[in-house]
Formats: sequence, C-alpha cells, structure tokens
Amino acid sequence: MDGGADKEHCFVVEARMALPNEYFAGRTGSRFLTALRDEKRILGVRCPSCGMTFVPPREYCERCWSKIAENWVELEKEGEIVAHTVVRYEDRHLPKKPPYILALIQLKGADTPFPHIVEGVDPAYVFPGMAVRAVFAKVPVNTLMGIDHFEPL
Amino acid sequence: MKKKRVAVCAVSQRRNESDLWYERFQGMLLDLLEDLRKQAGFHFEEEGGVDMVVSCSDDIFDARTISDGGVTDVLGAHFRAEEKIAQEGLNAVAYGASVILSGHADLVLVMGHCKESQGESRNRITNLGFDPFYGRAVGLDFTNTCALQARQYMTSSNVSDRDLAGVVARARRCGGNNPFANARQPVDPGKVMASPMLCDPIRRLHAWPVSDGAVGMLLASEERAGEFTDKPVWITGFSNCMDSYFLGDRNLVGNFALRKAAGRACARAGIANPAEAFDVVELTDAFAYQQPLWLEGLGLCGEGRGGEFLREGGPGKCGVNPSGGMLCGNPMMIAGLYRAAESVLQLRGEAGKRQVKGASCALAHSSSGPAGQFQSVLILEA
Repeated sequence: MDGGADKEHCFVVEARMALPNEYFAGRTGSRFLTALRDEKRILGVRCPSCGMTFVPPREYCERCWSKIAENWVELEKEGEIVAHTVVRYEDRHLPKKPPYILALIQLKGADTPFPHIVEGVDPAYVFPGMAVRAVFAKVPVNTLMGIDHFEPL
Repeated sequence: MKKKRVAVCAVSQRRNESDLWYERFQGMLLDLLEDLRKQAGFHFEEEGGVDMVVSCSDDIFDARTISDGGVTDVLGAHFRAEEKIAQEGLNAVAYGASVILSGHADLVLVMGHCKESQGESRNRITNLGFDPFYGRAVGLDFTNTCALQARQYMTSSNVSDRDLAGVVARARRCGGNNPFANARQPVDPGKVMASPMLCDPIRRLHAWPVSDGAVGMLLASEERAGEFTDKPVWITGFSNCMDSYFLGDRNLVGNFALRKAAGRACARAGIANPAEAFDVVELTDAFAYQQPLWLEGLGLCGEGRGGEFLREGGPGKCGVNPSGGMLCGNPMMIAGLYRAAESVLQLRGEAGKRQVKGASCALAHSSSGPAGQFQSVLILEA
C-alpha cells in the first residue's frame, strides 16, 4: 500500500523531547552507587542458596528467588574481559568519544560480568581473558560511571 | 471439547521506506485499513462488526505518551474495545488471538506502525531502553550490545566476516522479489565486507536500514473466518520468552529465550521435529549475525554450527526469509508483524516472485530488547 506521493504543502514540525526527571535508585542500588562514588568500593550481592555473586546488585536472585539484598560482598577492582567491541559511531548518549572499547568485564569475586569501557590499549590487542583494573572517576559520579573506565593491568 | 482456532483472514503491508516524511503514520494505517476492508469486507457495526482493535506502537518513536491515542480514530477503534501493545508487534497478533480464544471477541484488527525516521537517532532511542544507572550511563544501545553478542557468537560458531557478507547479499537478492522491502537493490558480498565497521564486528551493511512502515491484519474466530476469506491461515502455536535483564547475567550465544519460546510454540502446534516442519521461516534479523544465531535457537541448525550451516547454503534450503527479512529494512517494534504478514502471504500462495512452492506451514519470529533479550515465535498453517 502506498499513500499519496504529493509532497507539496507538506509541513514537518521539528520538536524535541526533554524532561528533567528523578529516578529512585532503590535501597539496594543506593548502597551500591554511594559506595562506588564515596568509597571507591565495588559491591556485589551474593545469593546464599545458589552461591552466585551478582553485579550490578539486585534485591532478589532471579534464579532461586531468595532475598539477597543485604548479603553484600566487596569485589576486587580487577577482573578480566569476557567480550568486547569497538564503538565507532558518534552519538550524544555515548559517554566517550569514539572510537572506544566497550567490553563485558568480570571482576574477581563476581559470577556475572557487566558492560564498561576499556582505555589505554589498542583495540587490536584486546582479547577475552585480558586482565583489567578499574580507574575511578576523579569527580563524584552517581552512576556506574563512578568507574571512569578500565585499563589493562 | 473441540479446540478453538483463530484465523488470519487478511493482511496488508505498507512498503518499507527510509524516510516517509511526507506521510503521517495515521495516513499509512488508514490506507491499510481500507485495503483490509476491501479484501475481507468487514464492518464496524455493534452486531457482527470488529469487536476489538489492537494497535502496536512505541511512545518514544512516536514522541507521544500513550502513542495509541494518536491513531485510534483511523483504526476504527472508537466505541469498541481498544488495546495497545507496547512491545514487538508479533505479540499484538498473539494478544488479539488470545482475546478470540477467550471467547470475548470474534473479530480483531491488529494494526502496527513505526517511523524510525522521526527520531534523530535510533541508537539514542534504544539507549533509553536501559536503566539510568548501570546501562544508560555506560552508553549501551541495541547496536553496541548486539556487537558484544556478535563477537562472541562468531567465535563460538565459527562464523566469518565473509559468511556474514553472504547473509546480507542473499537477503538483498530475496528482498529484490519483495515489493514491500525497503532495500531491494542487490549488494555484492565484497561491498558488504568493504563497508565501514559500525561497532566491531558489525559493519554498516550488517545492520537493517532505517525504515518506516505499517502492517495490518484481520483475525477471526474459526466460526466466522469463512465470512471474510476463502483462504484462512490458522494460528496454531505461539509463545514468547523474556531472558534476564542484565546483559552479563545472560549467556549471549546460548539462545535461552528463543529455545524456550520455540519449544513452547511447537508443543502448542503439535510439532515434534522443528527442523523438518517449516516450509517458510521468517526471521527478525536486525543484524546479519543474528540469522545463523536464531537458526541455532530454533533448532534448524545444530548448536555451534552456524558458520558451517551458512557455507552449506542452509538458509536457502530451509526457506529462511524469502522476503529478505529485517536486513532489507523494517522498523523496530513491527519487524515481527511484517514477518507474520509475509508468512500469511506465503501460506495463501500470494507471495508473488518470492513464493515458496506449496508452503503449508510457516514460522514467524521476532526478537527485541538488547541482544535478543525477548524472543517470540508464531506458527501459522494453511
């Protein structure tokens, strides 16, 4: 089905969606984010029944439904790259200027990796299993970008 | 008690294009509705008319809260039951079918639309699909999360850059036969391999082109289907599955969600051996690497055999994406709805140059969320 091909007198309104808003991090998320921001500690939560240590933290283990929110463990600031890509397009939601390396990083002490940025290495030399350590942001940041990036050990 | 059945009685597709700036999505939908009425001759009277309209759209793409509010009038949705699916469109078909199976309706219109061109950046829109603390802040979007999956998958299933170029070239060859596809020009595998890296190992030509489009269909109960068509296509199985939210919690190459969705849909349809069951398999392949990955998840190709399967010409032999698939361009949110519409045309023998001869059973698949977090499978039979 095709609509009319008439393109005369067609007016396109340019608009923008922007709404400052608040978003509660939750009690579990609050603890994680403030420990990262104020103490430069990376916390995970450990499920007492299935033994998995998760990061980012969550209140319940989705595998066995145990409440795990208060079962904090401190993770090491070092870990390894599980997978990686090189972001080569520019866009405003990206925290770094491309090209940069985005990787899944699994910290020592955690059973799940999380995505973050790797700097200080040529993308051609990145490999699964590569050891990296967290470099914390120099100014307080309220998100996971409290870790500014990871760099090779 | 005899099992109730739901028929697809008519389908209508807007040809996908890259920038329909001169058409409102409302107008696109109205054209489809009129086409459906011409095909099936239904009406909107209280007695015997359309009982319910299920629309499918996305608030952020439409830049409008409760986006169905912008289209209910042109869908004939006033004065009757109206619902919106804010999820991949294949689920709108399943929702409409569920209402009919429940006995609350006999006649349901399913109407989906999306104009990807309206937003300045598709990636910025999918970035908003993540939580603000752990995902959005790190710049995740559907392209870069898929790239993480693509790299792992290419390693685990021995898929090369050349194999992916072949997937794109075949998709375009098929798309050339589909008047509703966006990218219908053939492309040489060498050109795909020479296209710039977007997000390694995903190249620009591995990604679906920005597309605008709309799809409509009429669903009816078995009792009434004969009033609207001589060629009903039956919905015999459906399921979906949502995988874990956090990317790191998932095995990105394990197809957990798709195996669950496909297994449940096949069980519903009484299909014991999916590898032999389908004449047509319409896959939502937003990026080239997803085609072999999802084929592993559906059990059409052995686990870890994706690369080999491509090199053996497996997709062609298995009737995968005679339409060209999403690689030839469908908007997010309704790519699965296009897959369902194409499957219906195949089963009615109305697929023109892309017709798979004698097709009697088809699978329509959709994938949405980062790196295929959410998977849906619809099984249709002539």
